[in-house]
Amino acid sequence: MSTSVLKFDNVSLSFDGVEKVLDSVSLEMNAGDTLIILGAAGTGKTVMVKIALGLLKSTSGRITLFGQDVTHFTEPQWLTIRPRIGMLFQEGGLFDSLTIEENVAYPLVNRTKMTAEQAKPKVEEALKFVELGHTLDKFPSELSGGMRRRVGIARAAVSDPDLLLYDSPTAGLDPITANRIMALIIQEREIRNATSAIISHRFQDGHMMANFRYNPESKQLERMPEDSPLRQRTRFLVMHDGRIVFEGNERELDASRDPYVSKFSMHRSIH
Amino acid sequence: MFDFLKSPTLTFQEFISLAGRATINIVRRPFHANDMMIQMDVIGVGSLPITVLIGFFSGAVMALQMSRALSQYGATGQVGQITAITLVREMGPVLTALLVAGRNASGIASELGSMKVTEQIDAMRALGTDPVKKLVTPRLLAMCCTLPLLTILADMIGIIGGFIVAVPMLRLTTTEQYWNNAWRSLEYNDIAQGLLKPLVFAYIIALVGCLYGIRTTGGTQGVGRATTQAVVVASVWIFVFTFLITRVFVNL
Ligand SMILES: Nc1ncnc2c1ncn2[C@@H]1O[C@H](COP(=O)(O)OP(=O)(O)O)[C@@H](O)[C@H]1O
Ligand SMILES: [Mg+2]
Repeated sequence: MSTSVLKFDNVSLSFDGVEKVLDSVSLEMNAGDTLIILGAAGTGKTVMVKIALGLLKSTSGRITLFGQDVTHFTEPQWLTIRPRIGMLFQEGGLFDSLTIEENVAYPLVNRTKMTAEQAKPKVEEALKFVELGHTLDKFPSELSGGMRRRVGIARAAVSDPDLLLYDSPTAGLDPITANRIMALIIQEREIRNATSAIISHRFQDGHMMANFRYNPESKQLERMPEDSPLRQRTRFLVMHDGRIVFEGNERELDASRDPYVSKFSMHRSIH
Repeated sequence: MFDFLKSPTLTFQEFISLAGRATINIVRRPFHANDMMIQMDVIGVGSLPITVLIGFFSGAVMALQMSRALSQYGATGQVGQITAITLVREMGPVLTALLVAGRNASGIASELGSMKVTEQIDAMRALGTDPVKKLVTPRLLAMCCTLPLLTILADMIGIIGGFIVAVPMLRLTTTEQYWNNAWRSLEYNDIAQGLLKPLVFAYIIALVGCLYGIRTTGGTQGVGRATTQAVVVASVWIFVFTFLITRVFVNL
């Protein structure tokens, strides 16, 4: 029996009391699941993951994290549960005034009693994983967009969270850099075995997550076998105007005839 | 019917709530002493040269303006008193605060605003730091320490500026009489309002800057908007509060 990691029951959010930015969203993620959240800009994807992290408060509905009802958590209560979640922010969220090393060490130093010295080996390992071992003393402004994204991934994953949320990891990147980031996320999923949710507007990202795994022996991505459990556990959501308009696996996504949904499937050109 | 009041009322509520949280955090651990020192340097040391300049010229222009009126009544000997009282009660606190509002309310709003739009403030919360404690309280404390000091400096330089116009330039009075007159005229009441005002203005500038920064939405354009709004709102409140405080002290 798999354990529930994140559960939304009819979660809605409205900033101005009139227009619903999130409209009765229900979803569930179990341990080991991969969820790919697709949708055009402004459809509420970021808002949804920020609610899951307690950064925004829903207007109605119920949110459960790791089996705990967190709907009415206060900020101090959230502080106890957030260390179990790693988040890559769409706009980066790297601290301008800190070096790359200090940025990646931040979750360790700030939340545990670890000193910067003690954190250093883990920080170096996390940065080496994203192939940025040489940038420890640089500042975020000195790195390219793709590199900053990778630092963000390292910071999200450095504390070994149980749930990883990637908000638009490939947005604004060229296709080559974007594929490299996706390869890292697939690698991260394989090695940490964390439950992950990936927001994207590119159908290729979902396709990669659903069909490829990282082989630690050959150190390369390889196509998953048809019966791989990972394949079963990869699901797609399509968001439209604050609502979930599609939920299912890749085959079902490809088969959808809905003009909006099929924009996000591999075989969109056929329809 | 009163819809137009809704947004200012909400903003005011947010302001009060932020003021409360930032103030309570002054006595709660952890202290971000380092951040406070940096802010004191930015606000205090950074504003020194311009405070000196403004202080000097406001004292000088005060003495210049008063010279004609006073000579009509044959009271040019009182120029020290008039300069000192207007500076300490009103000109010093308000001009220094407006200056610091222009420099630092905008600076704070744009800094926090860019942190907001690049999701650094969200990241801070996600990684276990209270942004009010880390960003707002150090700025508030630094402002409360430096603005009164800057005001005292502006007052002193202003009285010197008045002296230079009154004595060497216009020969309205003697050196001794100017200083005696200036010193003796200042009462407890003047000093009290002269120090209370910068403290209140420090709250206004720091918290308006922080509030408009933290509330920023809409990308880089939003940062520009927040910056302008912070300066305008802080300046208006400075004038409103100098009136209210003066109103109270006039009756004492
Ligand atoms: N803090 C906020 N205040 C008001 N409206 C917001 C706020 N954050 C997001 N929105 C609105 O919510 C909608 C969904 O935004 P978002 O979740 O960022 O979209 P995306 O799917 O592109 O990530 C947008 O229309 C946006 O303007
Ligand atoms: Mg988004």
